[in-house]
Amino acid sequence: MIPLSWYLWLSAALFSVGLFGVLARRNAIAILLAIELMLNAVNINLVAFWRYLTPGQMNGQVFAVIVLAVAAAEVAVGLALVISVYRRRQTVVADELDLLKW
Amino acid sequence: MTTETILWLIPLPPLLAFFLIVLFTNRWRGLSHSLAIGAAFLSWLGSMAVFVRAVGTHELGRHPFTQSIPWLPTADTWLRIGVYLDPLGAAVLFFVAWTILMIFIYSVGYHNYGQPQGDHDVKGLPPHGATVKDAHGHAHKVPSVEPMYSRFFAFISLFAFGMYLLVVSDNLLTLFVGWEIMGLCSYLLIGFWYGKPSARNAAVKAFMTTRIGDVFMLLGIAFLYSATGSLSFATIFREDVLHTLASVPTPILGLSAAGLISLLLFIGTVGKSAQWPLHVWLPDAMEGPTPVSAMIHAATMVSAGVYAVIRMFPLLRLDAGTMSIVAFIGAFTALFAATIAVAQNDIKRVLAYSTISQLGYMIAAAGIGAYVAAAFHLITHAFFKALLFLGSGSVIHGMEHGVLHTGEHIDPQNMFNMGGLRKKMPITFWTFLIGGFALAGFPLVTAGVWSKDEILADAFGHGHLAVFLTLAVAAFLTAFYTMRQITLTFLGEPRTKAAEHAQETPWTMTLPLFVLAIFAVAYGWVGIPEHFPILGGVVPNWFHEFVGSTLSEIPEAAPFNWAPLLTSLLVSLGGLGLGWWVYRGVRTVEEDKFQIPVLKNKWYFDEAYTFLFIRPSYWFAEKVVYLALDKGLIDGVLHTIGRSAAVIGTALRTYIDKAIINETIGDGTAKVVKSSGAELRPIQSGRLQQYMVASLLAFLLITALLYYFLVLA
Repeated sequence: MIPLSWYLWLSAALFSVGLFGVLARRNAIAILLAIELMLNAVNINLVAFWRYLTPGQMNGQVFAVIVLAVAAAEVAVGLALVISVYRRRQTVVADELDLLKW
Repeated sequence: MTTETILWLIPLPPLLAFFLIVLFTNRWRGLSHSLAIGAAFLSWLGSMAVFVRAVGTHELGRHPFTQSIPWLPTADTWLRIGVYLDPLGAAVLFFVAWTILMIFIYSVGYHNYGQPQGDHDVKGLPPHGATVKDAHGHAHKVPSVEPMYSRFFAFISLFAFGMYLLVVSDNLLTLFVGWEIMGLCSYLLIGFWYGKPSARNAAVKAFMTTRIGDVFMLLGIAFLYSATGSLSFATIFREDVLHTLASVPTPILGLSAAGLISLLLFIGTVGKSAQWPLHVWLPDAMEGPTPVSAMIHAATMVSAGVYAVIRMFPLLRLDAGTMSIVAFIGAFTALFAATIAVAQNDIKRVLAYSTISQLGYMIAAAGIGAYVAAAFHLITHAFFKALLFLGSGSVIHGMEHGVLHTGEHIDPQNMFNMGGLRKKMPITFWTFLIGGFALAGFPLVTAGVWSKDEILADAFGHGHLAVFLTLAVAAFLTAFYTMRQITLTFLGEPRTKAAEHAQETPWTMTLPLFVLAIFAVAYGWVGIPEHFPILGGVVPNWFHEFVGSTLSEIPEAAPFNWAPLLTSLLVSLGGLGLGWWVYRGVRTVEEDKFQIPVLKNKWYFDEAYTFLFIRPSYWFAEKVVYLALDKGLIDGVLHTIGRSAAVIGTALRTYIDKAIINETIGDGTAKVVKSSGAELRPIQSGRLQQYMVASLLAFLLITALLYYFLVLA
């Protein structure tokens, strides 16, 4: 059987890719996608810990489902915001959306 | 009422009148003068009652009326004040009461009571006259009422209080209080017409000059108190106290304590009675209204100085040195002032110098030990000199009437503008003549002759030949200038139109003249020497007996001698005759051969004092006190303090307030905040991804630190 640590390494790698995407990508949609990657990295952790540590309980699966639902909602709001921003400023580049500065 | 109670009450009515007039009634002229005269009358009544009782009391000199109350606690004893009346006091009280009452009444007329308000009179200047229209519509200038009428009566009431207080005092302290009150009133009344610069200057001069004497007198009083522990006459004049005082030596001039004390007190008299060398204020004091000249500067206040000398006689006679100083100053003043009087043209100034001269007579008499004669001359002089002054006031008043009537611009006091007034002003003329003859010592019928003769007889009889001769010459000059005055004023023909239109004065002015004229004649009869040919013994020499009994042993009357009597007759008649002969035809001042510059200018004493004292005082005040002390030293110190305070302040401001507080703490904080804000501002780029990178780095750092400290360490 594949040991737990492999899943954890996979999850960490996926999270790091997502984190890099959030920090480094310029396109707001790409940032949203990267966030999805990070959420899914968490999901992998949840499911893996459930299967290996407490297979008799449902907690891990339930959490994963909730995360999927939250992610779906988040993406819906996020995409709506991005479209709204694009309509006003004709751009979706995160660096150009710097209204919150001094 | 007991005599002592009356004595307590005598000074009070005038004081009360003063306050009532000043506080309440000064708007109503008639009420004010009624109050003043009423008060003077009450005091007069009290004085007469006391006088009658004093005369009727056996051996009053040994047992005077006296009563005292404790006043000031001094350690374990009390300073007592009270009343005291011995024969001398009674005699003085008599003339004081009469002259004060007469002068109060006279003032009503003198200040034109009942006349209209002046056309343009102002307070502080003599009235200038008013224009009235008669029944035919003709305008006339008539005298106008004094603008400060009530004020005058207030002042003379206060003055009367001072004089009565002085006479009834049983101790030197209250005597001195009365003395100073009179000094104040003298100042106020000389400067009564304060709008005139000459009156202001005269007031200041009088005040300052008498002040010199008063300071010495106060020193004398202080010395006396420290030496005897008492100021009351009854104590001081006890045999044992006098003996102690006479035997204690002092370091000054080799005088005994008694001599030094009486010398100091005598200097007070020199100031008050205008003796040489402090005589300069009295002639200038004639700037005041004439009743003032009569009351203060002839009859009462200046007499107070002589009274003080006579009062202190038991002390004075203990030291021969002081006695000779007193005699010298008196005799010298008598002669010196008489020479000046010869060359004066102002009717009041002649009388002023005459007063100085006559006061010198009294002082000289006291100095040669003629106690009774000094007191006698004091009283007769008060009567006839008051009479003369009031007479001269009446003359001036009459002349002013003429001046207003004719509109001439002449000095109504200058005798060379008068002449022939005997026809216009008969009452004034006859009373003035009586006063003048009394002053000159016209034989037998006047009071002056008896008192003056007694002084001369005493001087001759006790071997003071120098004093005798000086006084005789002075008496000759007195007769001469008196006759000069009478001749110029009343005899001959009028020299000016104003004199032609002079008018007799109202009854309020002539009545006092009458009364005083009676005394100027009759008061002499109470002191006719017993051994005088024919008249002696007809009337007993009451005055000598009465006043002489004040002293513990009654002084011997000088034995009768023809020499002083003949001298007295000769100088009196000779002076009067010569005065008439020289001036009978003088029309103008140029024809007067006695306008000798040195006499005219009063022996240059005013100039000398200006040069010796006044200029140096001004110089000292300006150069030393003002420039050196005030400006230089005091201001210098203050300026130094001020400047150093400014320097310290500037330093504090520059180096502490501005540098540390403002720039470092105040501005510094702000700058730090500002610059750090400016430096940190770029961090807030508004780029979310940067923030997140920063958060991540911080997260990693904190995690690493936590890991390092919590797990590894």
